[in-house]
Amino acid sequence: MNFELTETRQMLQDSLRRFLSDRYTTEVRNKIIDSDAGLSTEIWDQLAELGVIGALFTEEQGGFGGAGFDVTTVFEELGRAGVVEPLLDTAILGGGLIAALGDADQQSLVERVIAGDLHLAFAHSEPGGRYDLNHVATSVTAEDGGVTLTGRKAVVANAEAAEILVVSARESGEAGDEDGISLFLVPRDAAGVSVRGYPLLAGGRAAEVDLDQVSLPESARLGAPGAAYSAIAERVSAASVALAAEALGAMETATELTRGYLLTRQQFGRPIGTFQVLQHRMADLWIELEQARSAVINAAGHLEGDARMRDLNVAAARNLIGRAGRLVAEDTIQMHGGIAMTQEYELAHIAKRIVMSDHRFGDTDHHLEQFIALSA
Amino acid sequence: MDLSYNADELAFRDEVRAFLEEKLPKEMSDAVREGRSLGKDGHDRWHAILNEQGWLAPNWPREFGGCEWNAVQRHIFEEECCRAHAPRIVPFGLTMLGPVLQKFGSKAQQDYYLPRILSGEDWWCQGYSEPGAGSDLASLKTKAVRDGDHYVVNGQKTWTTLGQYANWIFCLVRTDPDAKQQEGISFLLIDMDTPGIEVRPIILLDGTHEVNEVWFTDVRVPVENLVGEENKGWTYAKYLLTHERTNIAGVGFSQAGLDAVKRMARAEMSGGRPLIENPHFAARLARAEIDLMAMATTNLRIISRAASGQAPGVESSMLKVKGTIIRQEINDLARRAAGIYAMPFASEAVEGGNEPPIGPEGADHVGAQYFNNRKLSIFGGSNEIQRNIIAKVKLGGGA
Repeated sequence: MNFELTETRQMLQDSLRRFLSDRYTTEVRNKIIDSDAGLSTEIWDQLAELGVIGALFTEEQGGFGGAGFDVTTVFEELGRAGVVEPLLDTAILGGGLIAALGDADQQSLVERVIAGDLHLAFAHSEPGGRYDLNHVATSVTAEDGGVTLTGRKAVVANAEAAEILVVSARESGEAGDEDGISLFLVPRDAAGVSVRGYPLLAGGRAAEVDLDQVSLPESARLGAPGAAYSAIAERVSAASVALAAEALGAMETATELTRGYLLTRQQFGRPIGTFQVLQHRMADLWIELEQARSAVINAAGHLEGDARMRDLNVAAARNLIGRAGRLVAEDTIQMHGGIAMTQEYELAHIAKRIVMSDHRFGDTDHHLEQFIALSA
Repeated sequence: MDLSYNADELAFRDEVRAFLEEKLPKEMSDAVREGRSLGKDGHDRWHAILNEQGWLAPNWPREFGGCEWNAVQRHIFEEECCRAHAPRIVPFGLTMLGPVLQKFGSKAQQDYYLPRILSGEDWWCQGYSEPGAGSDLASLKTKAVRDGDHYVVNGQKTWTTLGQYANWIFCLVRTDPDAKQQEGISFLLIDMDTPGIEVRPIILLDGTHEVNEVWFTDVRVPVENLVGEENKGWTYAKYLLTHERTNIAGVGFSQAGLDAVKRMARAEMSGGRPLIENPHFAARLARAEIDLMAMATTNLRIISRAASGQAPGVESSMLKVKGTIIRQEINDLARRAAGIYAMPFASEAVEGGNEPPIGPEGADHVGAQYFNNRKLSIFGGSNEIQRNIIAKVKLGGGA
């Protein structure tokens, strides 16, 4: 039994934490959020240089990590600082799917991801599909020497910055079938692709992506036709582990900010942290925080294992974090009062990151249902 | 025991309904339903429509141009306005200052200010909270020093709702720095155009500009703008707060919010079925509705007691706590129902632009609204302060 980080991961955590606390201040971050691009290429380059992107890929894939605990080490720090740069979309999802399914030519894209000079987006969810991973209605039709994609993708994070969209589409069967789904590498500027971008409430940008008879060569397909679902499920599990760890980091920041505020804010002639009603609320948050950390460890530790156990632990973590995260976000705002309602106060952004993470790849209820189905 | 409205009350409800159907502009109710801001023009327009009908001041006595409705009528009016998605009446002049001037103001103040509130000539804002005086309002520091026939005001107010539209502000100021906290406070009316006043916007976490900081530097206020007696302002402030807390339960808002969640959940599909049939979502929705049904009756019980002349006491604190918990839970259900489409930040929708919505109908403001309405349990006396009041009253001298 050993719950310590390895030396490499400890170094990664230390250097990333130092970098973000020096360079990714509230002011810098809020400027990034307000910018047209919604991300900073300068920060991105520095993250790549620090090896943060490489840590999300295995040695075989050209990185130096890629395990569940590498993912949680990185994303917990990103969460602590409220980072909006799209490591989830470009590395875990886009890069991870290419690494899992791509041929030798396609794999070369992973090198560019790790080097920090390629952005990707995973265009999978569709309007009306909610959180159902198998809901893919975007169609594939064969045409001479290639394929044509037609459909609509919803809330595609990082679509505007991405050079290439990793698009899921159906080769056979019905929306809702796991079989028959393929992934395609679609240049964002390909004819027939239109992107309507918008900012996200918790920072970063996403887009509605329309695919209108987008012609692609056969070489745009990742892996065998119709067989991409299990790789999608594996990468979405990794994304869920990342989201859970990110929320955990953000919850730590939220409670630390609140602790500081309770010790300094004076009302009725004394620090408000001397009021027992607030002390007990904080105590409950710290208890939930330990539970959340354990749930993240459970999920990360099962990421490389058997798919059922992986999915069970991931569903458990996302459900627990969904509940604990809401409590932490709402209670830390409440204990601060009005100041936490202002855009320029750090907690406002941190609370938005926590709550909005519950809307990616399944919310608290969705993961409860997954857990029930898997434990039946 | 009779749970239904009597014939008079029903007739009144029909009259209100007919009025709203005829006079509430559709683009206005659409904006309210979609959570878009109306801006000053929109509020002014609705104010004028109500004024023309004579229904602008439900709680004012007739001698001052009010409706003098009883508590049940006021409740029916508020309920119907929410149901029809009418804009909220901006409360600072009508609900807050008006009753204070009617009870404590001079004849000259009543004659000058009250008609201007009704006509919409004056837009009032509230100068209560300060950076160091939130829940502990009586610790406020903005001071007013007498200098001939003026007070000279220095200090800072904050969380001043819609202060950017206001031409007048009513302020609590400290006139006796040596008196016990509550005893050295006065109630001043200040023209926002007076030199030395600066309004700075505070942008909230959902990107909206609802509240402001108001700074006072050597602002000279004529002594006739003092309401009542010097150093008695706390009494008037408390009187005002009892009016701020009418309709505190927000039953109408919750009902409208719940209807919106149901509409969304009927259209949203999950696993091939409408979300509203999903057992986990349905259970959450049902719990909120059950709580709301009971609170609606609690609210009516308190209202009917008030209509028979009993002043509400600790019950208004109870309604504030439970009412805000229910409204916030409904905001939470709305963001859940929207699924992935709760994530976009539809700033143009909030500001009233012409872009088509990003996701399904009703989804594009629910994320922002969830965060914005965290304020409900903070302002107007935080829920912690309300619980202190309840505990103090209920435990009496025993604790």
